Amino acid sequence: MPWYGVSLNTEMNTRAIAGNDGERTATAAETSAREAAIIARILAGERELFHELIRPYERGLYVAAYSILQNEADAEDVAQESVIKAYKGLKSFRGDAKFSTWLIAITLNEARSRLRQTKGDQLDSLDDCDEDRGDYTPSVLADWRYIPSEQLERKELRQALQEAIARLSPEHREVLILRDVRGMSITETAEATGVNEGLVKVRLFRARLSMQKLLVPQLAPKQRGLMGWLTRKAGGR
Amino acid sequence: MKIDCRHVWSQVSDYIDGTVTPQEREAIERHLANCRHCSAVMDSTRNILVLVGDKRTFEVPVGFGERLHNRLQESMNEQKRGE
Repeated sequence: MPWYGVSLNTEMNTRAIAGNDGERTATAAETSAREAAIIARILAGERELFHELIRPYERGLYVAAYSILQNEADAEDVAQESVIKAYKGLKSFRGDAKFSTWLIAITLNEARSRLRQTKGDQLDSLDDCDEDRGDYTPSVLADWRYIPSEQLERKELRQALQEAIARLSPEHREVLILRDVRGMSITETAEATGVNEGLVKVRLFRARLSMQKLLVPQLAPKQRGLMGWLTRKAGGR
Repeated sequence: MKIDCRHVWSQVSDYIDGTVTPQEREAIERHLANCRHCSAVMDSTRNILVLVGDKRTFEVPVGFGERLHNRLQESMNEQKRGE
């Protein structure tokens, strides 16, 4: 967990497991070893175990697909197709990357392919082929009052976040979702998206600063009366 | 090392990820201690990432898991029949 306390979703990296000394968190190595053993059993004929293998990651597959497609029905369909593709192609999983990274990579490819079918070549954005961070100006303010996560119970705040994410380019959305929502490392994000780590960092920088720039003007003026603002927009909860 | 606001903004993401050098970190922190604007940029970016990373921000459709496993099972059954 990074020092700065961003509560990244770490389900890709750690799993809660029960032991004699109570519940503890499995390390990435333990998870990989456990998954390798399950994969071997599936390939030996215990096919039903594939359900258990993917269960921890199914939410992540949906979110990854949604990050590209921005449509619930398509994201669900792509997540399903990706799981079937992974099942049929399990023999080709070599274990060089984590199983979860491999699964996400399949999903991203499926989602990109779906998007190409619907939007043609518009997907091939060239906005950041180089690794230049450019001259990026965030939304500058004098102070920021922390918005606690409990405020996410309010639909309006969730909507504001989702709308800001939707305004990012597909490439920026991908890395933001994988790194900051899924909690994948820079290396895993690079493996899943098929670009180098330098480009992942540049895209992440741009995505995060864009989010700041899009959301601060909306949220900061309302912070002192955030509860009132949210209530007014919701017409009550 | 003395740095300006623009330099701090260019390092916000790496600083949050903890991938800046110790010297760079020290310079950024010295700057943040004296610049409330950059401090607010850093705080707001971190805060937004905390909110984005929360499970409540992206909810899967109701019944998603069940439909996923049903479709997978259908595919498994089809494969079995074909063998």
